[in-house]
Amino acid sequence: MSANALLAETGALTRFTARFFREGFRPRYEVPELLYQCYVIGYQSLPMVGITGFIMGMVLTLQSRPTMAQFGAESWIPTMVGLTIIREMGPIITALIFAGKIGSSIGAELGSMRVTEQIDAMEVSGTNPFKYLVVTRVLATTLMLPVLTILADAIGLYASYVGINMKGVTTLALFVNNIFAGLTFGDVLPAVIKTFFFGFAIGLIGCYKGYYSDKGTEGVGQAANSAVVVSSLVVFIIDLVAVQLTGLLGLN
Amino acid sequence: MLAPEPQAQPTATPPAAEAVLTVEHLYKSFGDNHVLQDFSLTLHRGENVVVLGKSGSGKSVLIKCIIGLLRAEAGRIVVLGQDVATLDHEAMDRLRAKVGFLFQSNALYDSMTVRENLLFPLRRHWLDHPRAQEGELVMQALEDVSLAHTADMMPAELSGGMRKRIALARTLILRPDIILYDEPTTGLDPVTAREIDHLIREVQHKYGTTALIISHDMSCVRLTADRVALLVEGRCYAEGPYDELSHRDDPKIREFFA
Repeated sequence: MSANALLAETGALTRFTARFFREGFRPRYEVPELLYQCYVIGYQSLPMVGITGFIMGMVLTLQSRPTMAQFGAESWIPTMVGLTIIREMGPIITALIFAGKIGSSIGAELGSMRVTEQIDAMEVSGTNPFKYLVVTRVLATTLMLPVLTILADAIGLYASYVGINMKGVTTLALFVNNIFAGLTFGDVLPAVIKTFFFGFAIGLIGCYKGYYSDKGTEGVGQAANSAVVVSSLVVFIIDLVAVQLTGLLGLN
Repeated sequence: MLAPEPQAQPTATPPAAEAVLTVEHLYKSFGDNHVLQDFSLTLHRGENVVVLGKSGSGKSVLIKCIIGLLRAEAGRIVVLGQDVATLDHEAMDRLRAKVGFLFQSNALYDSMTVRENLLFPLRRHWLDHPRAQEGELVMQALEDVSLAHTADMMPAELSGGMRKRIALARTLILRPDIILYDEPTTGLDPVTAREIDHLIREVQHKYGTTALIISHDMSCVRLTADRVALLVEGRCYAEGPYDELSHRDDPKIREFFA
């Protein structure tokens, strides 16, 4: 992509974001569609996010155990795993899985609606398609990703407990106590807050790519693909900004 | 090059009929591609007018300008007494409830059943309609297109012709005064295409609707048109009843009727 095209794309995405804020908070509010999208985007992503969270917690524990044992620091595993999952691994892994599953499906869905004139049909049916399709989906991704991340964190920590007990014996109470002993609100809050931004970026980019899809069916594939690629990249950029900000606030 | 025909041609409709849709001196371009240039046309209540033109001549652009999906650069479009360019969102939505649009691709919502597809415009346009009437209105619209048994099917389960009929039922459910048909027979086999043509005529007779039909299918034009307008080089090159135009010697007109 040339520099001019990149700037034009960035400008268009900025205008799309401005339109979201301009139209999103004016009536008519599409509450039933928002709730339906929360169900589709949140509930139906749960198995994928749950499995990923479980594997993340298990692998992190099993791989760190030998190193920690070398230093006689096995008792620090719950604290280390807790901090790692809650501060970074949980939010970023969940966001990337979410971008792959939801970002691509939004891009493809809106893209195919665009090329088959369903978005135009919605407009002539007394509906503002931007509000009905874009605002509801972006709000749903923004609200659901933090919930999914918290669930993925919890599942990942439980998997870590299982992993520890595969080669030793630790009670759940001791495991949980160790995690909470090493955690502060400064660890939890920024991690949760940044997931709202991850969800917003994923929903917005998926919608933008799909809403302005063209070139027929080829464009639908491109919309789905670039929604995942761009939103994954933006998630990392937001993460980088978040770590700088928390550093400035003395929370790192 | 031959000079364009004067736009005021003898029509099949008596002059006393009320004009329900007027397009005056419309201009629309996409970059250097000047699609519509000084296009004018008037539709009278109860008549079917077909706009005939080659692919890419701007036929679909014309009806998208009429329904407000595209904005013209110059000219005036008056639908049911209202100048489209001056309407705000709410007023445009109210007008669109009276103007049905049958999309070329049917534009049925893939994620909804046939019943939900029909209910969508009903619930969005008629916010205060009694819910008890919904079922009856849906079934009436489906019976109009002889597909009452498909109410709970998904669009993907239907054939191309059935999808076209359902799209027409979705348009009819609001009992529009005007229906805009964008290439209603494109992509259909000849038998199904003729069924759609007859359906367009049936709708006209049963509900007294006015229709603007965009097509390049000559059988469709012959069967559905009270009047034909030829869109050539962005303007209304000639208009008149099918039989009259088909006998003209003008080479540009002969291209279509040969």
